[in-house]
Amino acid sequence: MSNIEKITISLRGIKKLYKVGDQEVAALNGIDLDIKEGEFAALMGPSGSGKSTLMNILGCLDRPSVGSYKLDGQEVAHLSDDMLARTRNQKIGFVFQNFNLLSRISALENVALPLVYAGVDSDEREERAMYFLEQVGLADRADHQPNELSGGQRQRVAIARALVNDPQIIMADEPTGNLDTKSTKEIMEIFQSMHEKGRTIILVTHEPDIAVCASRQLLVRDGVITRDEGKGVVLDVV
Amino acid sequence: MAFTALLANKMRSLLTMLGIIIGVGAVIAMVSVGMGVKSDVVNSISSLGSNMLIVSPGSTNRGGVRGAAGSRTNLKYDDAKAIKEKIKNIDFVSPSVSRSYQIVYGNQNWNSSVMGVTPEYMSIRSLEVSTGSFVSESDNNKRNRVAVIGSTVATNLFGTTNPVGQNIRVNNQPFKVIGVLESKGQSSMGQDQDDVVIVPLTTAMERLMAMDYVSSVNIQVSDANKMDQVQEDIEVLLRQRHKIIGGKEDDFNVRNMTSLMETMSQTTTMLTILLGSIAGISLVVGGIGIMNIMMVSVTERTREIGIRKALGATFQNIMMQFLIESVVIGVIGGIIGIGMGCGLSMLVGKFGNFTTVITPLPVLVSFSFSVGIGLFFGIYPARKAAKLDPIEALRYE
Repeated sequence: MSNIEKITISLRGIKKLYKVGDQEVAALNGIDLDIKEGEFAALMGPSGSGKSTLMNILGCLDRPSVGSYKLDGQEVAHLSDDMLARTRNQKIGFVFQNFNLLSRISALENVALPLVYAGVDSDEREERAMYFLEQVGLADRADHQPNELSGGQRQRVAIARALVNDPQIIMADEPTGNLDTKSTKEIMEIFQSMHEKGRTIILVTHEPDIAVCASRQLLVRDGVITRDEGKGVVLDVV
Repeated sequence: MAFTALLANKMRSLLTMLGIIIGVGAVIAMVSVGMGVKSDVVNSISSLGSNMLIVSPGSTNRGGVRGAAGSRTNLKYDDAKAIKEKIKNIDFVSPSVSRSYQIVYGNQNWNSSVMGVTPEYMSIRSLEVSTGSFVSESDNNKRNRVAVIGSTVATNLFGTTNPVGQNIRVNNQPFKVIGVLESKGQSSMGQDQDDVVIVPLTTAMERLMAMDYVSSVNIQVSDANKMDQVQEDIEVLLRQRHKIIGGKEDDFNVRNMTSLMETMSQTTTMLTILLGSIAGISLVVGGIGIMNIMMVSVTERTREIGIRKALGATFQNIMMQFLIESVVIGVIGGIIGIGMGCGLSMLVGKFGNFTTVITPLPVLVSFSFSVGIGLFFGIYPARKAAKLDPIEALRYE
């Protein structure tokens, strides 16, 4: 009754099983999760908890062994590789811990890359990429290659790239893991302002003081979600 | 995008292309040398006259011991006359004899082959007279002591003097020079075709060599398609005239210059194919070079592939990216190779003692081959790249 907001992500009974020798090991063991449109969720957990596997499945980089994953109302759990690629291109923007920018091309070209695969023509690509570079305050660095930028600047280029195709969800995997405190603050401010503009954000982190910025905190342990808290609670990962 | 990637590794791209460049260049250069040899052979054979049949005497056979081919003495001038009269589809019949003599003019002497021929020899061998005239019908009928000399003989005996009207001595008999032949150069067998003295057939047979037989009869057939028919007719006629019956062996040979030409051009075509395919092997090796470098490139760029896939690149996108790279190597290498090959074949043609012929066919074939090789050897690495798992690829260091 209270829930009239749109549900962007809906996981039901998600399991991911790996064969190790002749034993089956469950990296994810039955995950049920709903994330509403505009939510800022922090995904926490110690290493080996399965949060990276969950992240890969949420990001459509991997498929669950069992279960249903509805993204924006559409079932994506068992799509073909190419369909998953298209879904990633149109609905998800990635921000990685180590930026993952292509080193041989300029910041502008990096930002425009998802548009290449979306089939947007080159004039519009450049225009849109420039707009998002301006949004993260790097318009004057458009022609620089990633290795001519600082860590914080690189992450801002990566964020611009994540936003360029106007996706429903931003997936950030430890986006501040390689940054100093000042840059971390800048990046988190950008995430906050994206959140305020109504974008759905999923942030993987193991730093509690990053997670508290989020409106919702999820703790993953041994392949299941063990805690689901609102804003303000400080979860102890260990 | 492909160019950016290739330019990022200039040295490596160049070395990879080198394989294709050398392959295409070698194919073009080799084939052009082969075609050059072929055209040389065809030219020199057809300069002997086209549609030619040559009748020569068979070998002697004394109690089972056989002599050399042509050693029989039973091919007569009359046989040649009979062939001309009785057999259809013949343009010219030219019986001839030849022997070597010392030729003397003033205090100069020269050894050359003296040929006795009828006037038709001129047409049959496509000879031209540069000054004076050729042996005439009446010279032949009257057994005149006249001679037409080749340019080599003229230079060696007369130097700069005009030989026409001068007297030379052949085997101590005086002959009047009535003409000098236009130079024909070397034959395909390396013989100097200008080192010859031509006299009337009857003069040679009766006054000079004292023989009542001819050493060969050249026959020009009017139509290339009738060669076999005419050859058979001649064989039948000569067997009749020489009274050879039943299964007895012919005492003469009829040889067909067309079949000689065919054999020679077949041989040279084989040679061309052989040279071309050896060069083609280097083209294939060049292709393997492309594959090798593309494999390295895929491994090196695993992370890049992972990023592109995470951002939405499909199997096809990645596949095309790498395929285009390897095809571009093939195309650029092919173009440079064509340049090198043509250049090389021109150099060989200019400075080596070869005729080289560049035709569009080997150029087109080797170029499309190099593009095809880029494509073929690019498929495996490109597929490998496109099939990479994005999670694995992103984790790759």
